[in-house]
Amino acid sequence: MVDTLLEVQGLTVSFATRFGEFTAVEGIDLSVAAGSIHGLVGESGAGKSTIGAAIMGLLPASGRIAAGSVTLAGEPLQHLDDTAWHRLRGSRLAMIFQDPQTSLNPLIRIGDQLVETIRQHADIDETEARSQAIALLDETGIHDADTRIDDYPHQFSGGMRQRVVIALALCTDPELIIADEPTTALDVAVQQQILDLLKRLVAERQIGVILITHDIGVIVETSDRVTVLRHGRVVESGPTRRVLGSPAADYTRALMAAVPRMETRLPRFRGILDDVSADLAGPDVRQASVADGFRVQGASAEYASSWLLRARDGASTAHEGPLLEIDGLSVTFGASGGGWFGIGRREGVHALQDVTVSLAAGTTLGVVGESGSGKSTLAKAITGLVDPSAGTMRFDGAALPPGGTRRRDHASRRRIQLIFQDPFASLDSRFTVERILAEPVRHYGHATDKGEVRRLVASMLQLVEMPQSALRKYPHQFSGGQRQRVAVARALLARPELLIADEPTSALDVSVQAQILNLLRDLQDSFGLTMLFISHDLAVVRQIADTVAVLKGGELVEFAPNERFFSAAEAPYSRYLLSETPSLAGLEEVAADSLGVVQPAR
Amino acid sequence: MLSDTWSRWQRFRVDNELVHLFLHSPVAIASALVATLAVMAALLAPVLAPFDPYDIGGIDLLDSLLPPAWTDDGDVRFPIGTDDQGRDLYSAILYGLRLSLLVGVLSVSFAALLGVTLGLIAGWFGGWVDALVMRIADVQLALPAILTALLVDGIARGLLPDGSHDRLMLVVLTVAIGLSLWVDFARTARASTLVEKRKEYVQAAIIMGMHPLKILARHVLPNILGPLLVILTIDLAVAILLEATLSFLGVGVPPNQPSLGTLIEIGTGYLFSGEWWIVLFPALALVTLIVSVNVLGDFLRDVFDPRLR
Repeated sequence: MVDTLLEVQGLTVSFATRFGEFTAVEGIDLSVAAGSIHGLVGESGAGKSTIGAAIMGLLPASGRIAAGSVTLAGEPLQHLDDTAWHRLRGSRLAMIFQDPQTSLNPLIRIGDQLVETIRQHADIDETEARSQAIALLDETGIHDADTRIDDYPHQFSGGMRQRVVIALALCTDPELIIADEPTTALDVAVQQQILDLLKRLVAERQIGVILITHDIGVIVETSDRVTVLRHGRVVESGPTRRVLGSPAADYTRALMAAVPRMETRLPRFRGILDDVSADLAGPDVRQASVADGFRVQGASAEYASSWLLRARDGASTAHEGPLLEIDGLSVTFGASGGGWFGIGRREGVHALQDVTVSLAAGTTLGVVGESGSGKSTLAKAITGLVDPSAGTMRFDGAALPPGGTRRRDHASRRRIQLIFQDPFASLDSRFTVERILAEPVRHYGHATDKGEVRRLVASMLQLVEMPQSALRKYPHQFSGGQRQRVAVARALLARPELLIADEPTSALDVSVQAQILNLLRDLQDSFGLTMLFISHDLAVVRQIADTVAVLKGGELVEFAPNERFFSAAEAPYSRYLLSETPSLAGLEEVAADSLGVVQPAR
Repeated sequence: MLSDTWSRWQRFRVDNELVHLFLHSPVAIASALVATLAVMAALLAPVLAPFDPYDIGGIDLLDSLLPPAWTDDGDVRFPIGTDDQGRDLYSAILYGLRLSLLVGVLSVSFAALLGVTLGLIAGWFGGWVDALVMRIADVQLALPAILTALLVDGIARGLLPDGSHDRLMLVVLTVAIGLSLWVDFARTARASTLVEKRKEYVQAAIIMGMHPLKILARHVLPNILGPLLVILTIDLAVAILLEATLSFLGVGVPPNQPSLGTLIEIGTGYLFSGEWWIVLFPALALVTLIVSVNVLGDFLRDVFDPRLR
C-alpha cells in the first residue's frame, strides 16, 4: 500500500452489559489508503457500526477498546483524551450518518450550521467562513448555493439534505470520512447521485472513506476494497472485485448467492445460509439455552399442507377471469367538500390516480415505485383500510366493497391476507406466538377445539420452517426473519387465496430476505396462492414477480410481464429506475461459475 | 456472557427490565418498603392496635390529651399520646390509615374504570365521540378537584335520607374523588390508543374483521397498560390526599371515625395550646405514605417513558 491513511490492527471492542461482558467485534484488521473507498459489509449484528464508532472515538459509555490499535497517518488514536478527540473529530475525521432528517438541526439555517463548524476549527471571520460554506455547497452539487445557504433543512429534499450533510463533513477538510449507511434512507435514484458525489470527492480531494453498508450493490459500485464481517469478525478482505466476484470464504459465497440480481430470474435462491443455525451460532445465548424438544401431538408440516390443500379443493372457482381486477382506482387523502357555502373546501392529496391492474390466479404481481408512489395505499385500498374516491375493485368475479362499506364478516376478509413490512410491529408483543397464530384460526372458525387449534398452529409453524417450540415464546425472542415467518404463518392460517405482501423483506438482512422469498415461492408453488408483492427493490421484484406494475406519484406508469419489463421497459421512468438500481453486473462473469453448491457455514 | 447455570430467578431478574431497574434503585426499594408497611399496618390494624377507636366503651375521657409516653406526663399505655376524646393516637392512626387507603384504592379504581373506558372509546372511534368525551374532560379539569368532591358530597347529602349519609360515606367519597380523577386516565388512554391504533398488529386485526371492542380489549388495552400504571400510582397519592382534605374540611369521614384527615383536623384545634402530638403524628403518617407512593409513581414513569432515561 502506497499511502496508508488509517491502520486498524487487532481491534477488539467489548461492551459491559447486564448480561456480562459482551465482545462486539474481535481482532479486526483494516487499512484504508488516501483517495480510496473501503467498504465494510455485513448483516445486522456484524459489528460494522461499532468499528466506525471505535475509529471515531464515539463508542457509548459502556463500550471500550479491549485490544488492538487504531492509527491515523502514523498517529495512534486509542489512548487520546477527550480534548484531543474533540480537536481530531471534525478536523481530521468526519462522519456521515444514515438519516439526513435527523443529522441536521431543523431550527438552524444550514448556512449557520456550516459557518459554525468551519469557525470551530479555523480562525477566520464570519464572511470568509460564509464564502467557504457557499463554495462547499456548490462543490457538493447544490445549485444556487449562495441563496440556498439561508434555507432551513426542511426546505431541502432527502437527497439534497444528504448533500448538505456531506458538505458539513467536508467543512474542515478531513482526511478520513466514515459514512454509516449514507444512502439507506434514500430512494434508489437519489442514492446513485449521492454515491457518484462521494466517489468524485474522494478522487478530487484524496480523502479516505470507510463506507459502512448492508447493500452489496452499493459496495460493488463504489468501493475499491472491501471487508466482509460476520458476528464481529473479519470473514474476508481484499479488492472488491476479487472478494465479491470470486469469494474464498463460504460465508461470502452464501451472502453473494442471496443477493437478488436483475440480470436473470432464478427459480430459487441456492446455497444460502440457514437462519436457524445462524442464529444459534450468534451471540444471543438466551435463545440457544431454551431446550428444543417441544412437540405437539400429531402436528407436522404435512398436516398443515394437506389442511391448506383441502381448502383449495373445496373452493369451486367458477370464475374464469383474473382473481383480482382493479379498474380506475383513485384514493385521495385529506380532501373535504367544505362545510356551509363550501367554506374549508380542500383538494387533498392524490395518493392513487386512475390505477388499473389485474392479477391472474396463481401468479404474482410486483408493484414497484419510490417512496410516496402510492404502493402501500394500493394494499390498503384492497384490504379495505382506506376509502377509494373512485374506481372499482373486483375479487374472484364479485365486486369488492370499498373501505368502510365492507362488512366485518365479508368473505374477502379471510380470502385476502396481508403481510406487513415490519415484523416487529405487526405481531402483538404481549401475545405468545401460539395466541397470535390461534387468532385467525378461531376468528374464521376453522377450528374451535383447543387441541385441534394447537395442532394446526404447530403444524403451520413447521410448514414455515420454524420449530414447534416457538409456540411458547414471545415475538421479541425471535430474529426479524423468524418473526416474518410467524407473520406468514398467521396469514396462511386464514386459508387465503390472495396474499398481499407489503415490502415483506425490506427490514431484513439479505440472506434472510432470500429465505423468505424462497418460502413465499414454495408456498405459491404448493398451494397455488396468488400474490401481490410490493417492493421498492427492482431486483427483488425481478426474482419474485410474474408481472410488474410501476407506480410514480400515484399513477400507473407501466404494467408489463417480468421478462419484457426487465429486457425492454417502455416508459422512460421505468428505464430510469432500472438504470439507477445498483447492479452487480461487473462481477457476473467471475461469479457465475463460483456459485455451485455451497455448504452452509456453521 | 449469560451463564447457562443461572437459576430461573437470576435469569428473570436480568431479563425483566422493570425488575432489573427496580433492584438497582435504592429509592424505589425504600419507598416500596414503606408503602408495603403502610398497607400491612392498615390490613392488620385490629391485631396491631392496642385499642379499638370505634369501641366507645374502651375510651375514658380522663385519658384525653395525654402527651407521648416519653414525656413527663406521658402514660405507657399510649405510646404517642391521646386525642381530645381520650382515644389512643397510635390505634387511631392505624385505623385511619385503613380508611384512607381503602378510600384511595376504591376511588382510583373507579376513576380508572371510567377514564380508561372513555379514553379507549374516544381514541378508537375519533370524530364526534372523541370531541364529546374530551370536551367533558376539559370541563371537568376546569373544576378544582375539591369543588367537584364538595359538589358530589352536597348532592348526596341532599338526596340521601337523613342518617344514611354516614353509612354510605364510603360510596359518596369514592364517587366524589373518582369523578375528579378520571380525566388523567381518559387522556392517557386516548393518547396511547391513538398511537397503538396505527401500529400494524392492530391494522392486521382490523383487516381480519374483528369487532372493535374485541380489538380494544384484547390488543390495545394490554399494550397501553404501562403508562396507565404510572397514572394509577400517582393518582393513588392524590386520592389519599383528597380524602384527607375532605375529611379535614368535615365533608368526608364523620368526625367520630378516625381517618388521617379527621385526626389532623382535631389536632389543629389544639395546635396553639401546646398539644402538638395530635396533629404531628397523623400528619407524619400521611406525608410518609404520600411521598412513598409518589416516588414509586415517579420510578414507574421513568421506566415506562424512554424519553426520561
